[in-house]
Amino acid sequence: MNWRLATVVELIGETDRTTSIVLTVPDWPGHRAGQHVDVRLTAEDGYQAQRSYSIASAPEDDVLVLTVERLDDGEVSSYLVGELRQGDELELRGPIGGYFVWEEALGGPLLLVGGGSGIVPLRAMIRHRFARRSAVPVRLLYSARSLDEVIYREELLAADGRGGVDVRFTLTREQPDGWNGYDRRIDGDLIAEVAWTPAERPIAYVCGPTAFVEVAADALVSLGHQAGRIRTERFGPTGR
Amino acid sequence: MHISRGFHGRHREQADAARVPPGQYVTSDFPVLSAGPTPRVSLDEWTFSIRGQVDEPRSWSWDEFQALPREDITVDIHCVTKWSKLDTGWAGVSMDTLLAGVETAAEHVLAFCDGGYTTNLPLEDVTGGRAWVAFGYDGDPLDPEHGGPARLLVPHLYFWKSAKWVRGIDLRVDDEPGFWEGYGYHNYGDPWREQRYAGD
Repeated sequence: MNWRLATVVELIGETDRTTSIVLTVPDWPGHRAGQHVDVRLTAEDGYQAQRSYSIASAPEDDVLVLTVERLDDGEVSSYLVGELRQGDELELRGPIGGYFVWEEALGGPLLLVGGGSGIVPLRAMIRHRFARRSAVPVRLLYSARSLDEVIYREELLAADGRGGVDVRFTLTREQPDGWNGYDRRIDGDLIAEVAWTPAERPIAYVCGPTAFVEVAADALVSLGHQAGRIRTERFGPTGR
Repeated sequence: MHISRGFHGRHREQADAARVPPGQYVTSDFPVLSAGPTPRVSLDEWTFSIRGQVDEPRSWSWDEFQALPREDITVDIHCVTKWSKLDTGWAGVSMDTLLAGVETAAEHVLAFCDGGYTTNLPLEDVTGGRAWVAFGYDGDPLDPEHGGPARLLVPHLYFWKSAKWVRGIDLRVDDEPGFWEGYGYHNYGDPWREQRYAGD
């Protein structure tokens, strides 16, 4: 798979730690919602570092967007969120991955469960659904520490209630005054409240930190959802 | 080669450089990557089987498996998502032990797992002291998130080949792509040749 030289056309600050990098990519072959790319940085002495990032844009968008969260010890993410400037070039290759992908032919209803920056590939799926004018019903449960840490906040709030898209937030650390969404870490009861019933046979996409995904996926299995209809993407350590 | 303006890189540990394949970085964490929910299997129901192109299929219960000669293994592991972890300590049974005396015309294996995951490897790569079925990690039973009760351990290939929740191998004359191999990942997956994706 070839490396391509993309150009940064815009940087959008999503949260304090998260930036959307808007790219034009020559001869981009297209992607499916949920796929990712590998990014490669090269220092002047030839040292290279690579990481994978989910694609945040829909296949129909005319730019490729990566949304990157700066990690405290992130060698690549701290460059992408902080040093990278509009007009810079960025080496990447992809698209990669074919399982954590949603396209209209897979049907629905869709259950999307995202924790933190795990929202990124789910956002691509929602944008894809709107771009296709699909009627597949969607429920999104998005867990963030606070409203300030909700990525794509305006876009998701605007999507809520639009043509069968139901967006719910849980803010686990800090809630604004008058908050009427959920206010706790994800657990089986919360999943049960938001999820479709097993009889409705949703396809579930769960993305977030490892512990978050374990809880959500285990809860779905316990509720009677088929393991084969639960697709997961995990990031970060397990703590051992 | 495109120089990334303003990038210097931070994690260069020269002492370990020779142990880190191209494009990888060393982590002390143990990240988890799985395509679906973590399967939970009772040890009473667990078996490990060798089937396919073999005169007499073999199968071990958990207790039988635990009675096999056990090896402690310290190896470096390399995940296609770029992390490498050095000096990981495992306990398990060598595939050589499991395959001892098996007569087969097969040249390939397809490992199969709880949850439906599969991965394919040349038979040659799971023999000669290069592959194990591991059930212990760092002195403890292997966590379910990391593939417990038992996973394949084939450290000379990218770690998706070290199938979690493994329940056996299918000996095959023909090579059949496994789960990730069918989604565009490399058929063989040698980290030292950076064989991440098909065509690499």
